[in-house]
Amino acid sequence: MDLGFTEEQEMLRTTARDFLEKECPKSLVKEMAEDEKGYTPELWRKMAELGWMGLAFPEEYGGMGMSFIDLAVLLEEMGRACLPGPFFSTVVLCGFTILEAGNEEQKREFLPKIANGDLILALALTEPSARYDPASIQIKAVPKGDDYLISGTKLFVENAHIADYIICVTRTKNGASPEEGITIFLVDGGSAGISTTLLKTIAGDKQCEVIFDNVRVPKKNMLGELNKGWGVVEKLLEKATAALCAQMVGGAQAALDMSIAYAKERVQFGRPIGSFQAIQHYCANMVTDVDGSKYVTYEAAWKVSNGLPATMEVSMAKAWVSEAYRRVTLLGHQIHGSIGFCMDHDMPLYFKRAKAAEPTFGDADWHREVVAKQLGL
Amino acid sequence: MDFRFAEEEERFREEVRAFLKKEVTEEFLMGLEDRGELDFSREFTKKLAEKGWLAMAWPKEYGGGGATMMEQLIFNEEIGYFQAPTGAHRQGINLIGPTIIAHGTEEQKRRHLRGITAGEVVWCQGFSEPNAGSDLASLQCRAVEEGDDYLITGQKVWTTNAHRADWCHLLARTDPEAPKHRGISYFLVDMKSPGITVRPLINMVAAHDFNEVFLDNVRVPKENMVGDKNQGWYVSQVTLAGERSQIGLPSSCKRTLEGLVEYVKETKRNGEPLAHNPIVRRKLAEMAVEIEVNRMIAYRVAWMQHKGLIPMVAAPASKLFGSELLQRLTGIGMEIMGLYGQLELGSKWAPLRGAMARMHMYSLGIAIAMGTNEIMRNILAIRGLGLPRA
Repeated sequence: MDLGFTEEQEMLRTTARDFLEKECPKSLVKEMAEDEKGYTPELWRKMAELGWMGLAFPEEYGGMGMSFIDLAVLLEEMGRACLPGPFFSTVVLCGFTILEAGNEEQKREFLPKIANGDLILALALTEPSARYDPASIQIKAVPKGDDYLISGTKLFVENAHIADYIICVTRTKNGASPEEGITIFLVDGGSAGISTTLLKTIAGDKQCEVIFDNVRVPKKNMLGELNKGWGVVEKLLEKATAALCAQMVGGAQAALDMSIAYAKERVQFGRPIGSFQAIQHYCANMVTDVDGSKYVTYEAAWKVSNGLPATMEVSMAKAWVSEAYRRVTLLGHQIHGSIGFCMDHDMPLYFKRAKAAEPTFGDADWHREVVAKQLGL
Repeated sequence: MDFRFAEEEERFREEVRAFLKKEVTEEFLMGLEDRGELDFSREFTKKLAEKGWLAMAWPKEYGGGGATMMEQLIFNEEIGYFQAPTGAHRQGINLIGPTIIAHGTEEQKRRHLRGITAGEVVWCQGFSEPNAGSDLASLQCRAVEEGDDYLITGQKVWTTNAHRADWCHLLARTDPEAPKHRGISYFLVDMKSPGITVRPLINMVAAHDFNEVFLDNVRVPKENMVGDKNQGWYVSQVTLAGERSQIGLPSSCKRTLEGLVEYVKETKRNGEPLAHNPIVRRKLAEMAVEIEVNRMIAYRVAWMQHKGLIPMVAAPASKLFGSELLQRLTGIGMEIMGLYGQLELGSKWAPLRGAMARMHMYSLGIAIAMGTNEIMRNILAIRGLGLPRA
């Protein structure tokens, strides 16, 4: 057993932390929450130069051939920095879908461009039903000549408004089970018939409503097999959930660090508030939550990274981290008092991200039901 | 990162598991319960000693097995899972032995360590007093020099196994004028010494585990002092050196959860198995998640110790988490059982032998014993996170 990171992983963490502290200060994070695009091409370019976009892609597709655990380290630091922009949707949600389901030609065309930072992608999975089960996929794709025509509404699609390509999960057949008849398409973001509207969200991330109105997609842009897309989505959700947990862990650690630092320096009644038992106990609860979150996430990420069955571990991680991150940021706010309640402060960045991440890819209850099934209930 | 155990570690786990499966049977546990000694069995402790597992992680020169922290972790995990009795050796192996190894004289080592590693001598701990609980350093039990001896007078309380123990390791005040932490010495006291009276304290589970111990001019030879005079507080801190993961809590909880899963599959309410009830499913899944989180926290403690690191945050966090998890799990178990949850051992209607209610009541004590969870949080905040003292 080895519960430590390798020297290279520690180096990656340090490099990422230093880079993001310099290039992605909280002032930029707040600015991007107001900005319509939600990212700066300069920062995007610099991240690409560091090789981050292709970090976990095989070298043959222009990547660095590193592992999912390595990516988790990077995501943790991005969570700490509250990095805005399309990294998660481009690399994790779409990059991995292409890697998993794409044919050789698609992989050779798209992955190197993603790795180079030349493409921004968005995954159009959820619909107004806001669920992550196969029955929720209702948007239709109908064959017509050499193309398919996609019509319907996708909701909570991050970065669709800036995406060069949108990966759209569609229904091509009403099968015997909801899993059957789901097909994935890689849609040019500039296609006629796509309209995107930015949603106003608490975390200032750029989620969109995307309406597809008879959007024409060539058959060759199908990712994976006709009607068999749900297996790909399931696998992707497992990875994406583990990846999101890593990002959340980074945010929780940052909120904890800030709160401890504040408890040491803030003086009331002539002594640092961190000397009061109530505050000490809050901190003790927070660090227990953060430590618990880390190792249950690492366990899940390690299983994903090694291609082992990870359904149970990933769901355990998301069920726990969803609520732990919320608890940590709530107590962090309590420790900070009024100053933390201010828009200008950094604490709200974490609280809002915790609340936004809670339902993403299934909330704690959803994942507990997965666990219940795995327990044989 | 690698979450797998090494092959030989897995083999060791299998060996321990096979042994426990054979020894810690339902009949064996029922027999202990009948004797009112659920967590105490000299015979079982001796068997562990014969296997060489009792002091497996002690250094070889002191009769230990020289095992790694990870092997000790595996062993403790399995012992916890089988809910095997450890009361007859826990004090000796985890606390007094390591203290004697670190601070004892050659004579003390020669005289006491073998009895512990052989599982023959039972120890109790004379630390707490009626007015010295969380604030242990304010203890009042006095030790006064007389010739080659000390005469110890005072009262100890919550002394687990005092009525069964052969020896007691005890803190007493040797300098009442000094600041409270600097006037305490550490003694080894033969429980057969004249002047010792042990009175039972029956706990809320109706079990006789702990006691009051009265000492009235108990004569203890000077050579039974461990470490220097007035250094007892410092000496007592060494007890932190043993395996500190508290893995036994989550692994015991895992076994309990498995029992509950079977129970809800077999038990019908309103014609439906309880396992179909979404509230029941949610609660049990939540417990499975927490057990896994706890297991990972505990693994990390042992792994850090294995690497020579000091788990300043992780160790108290694990005790906190585990004891509170046990409360939640057994409480939820009782809730799911409804009216049946209150039935005690011995009732033919009691699900799972009435173990759930018993464990739930015991869980209250675990959140208090060995440092209340409030004290654990203080330690975590001050030593682990560097928050200022009051």
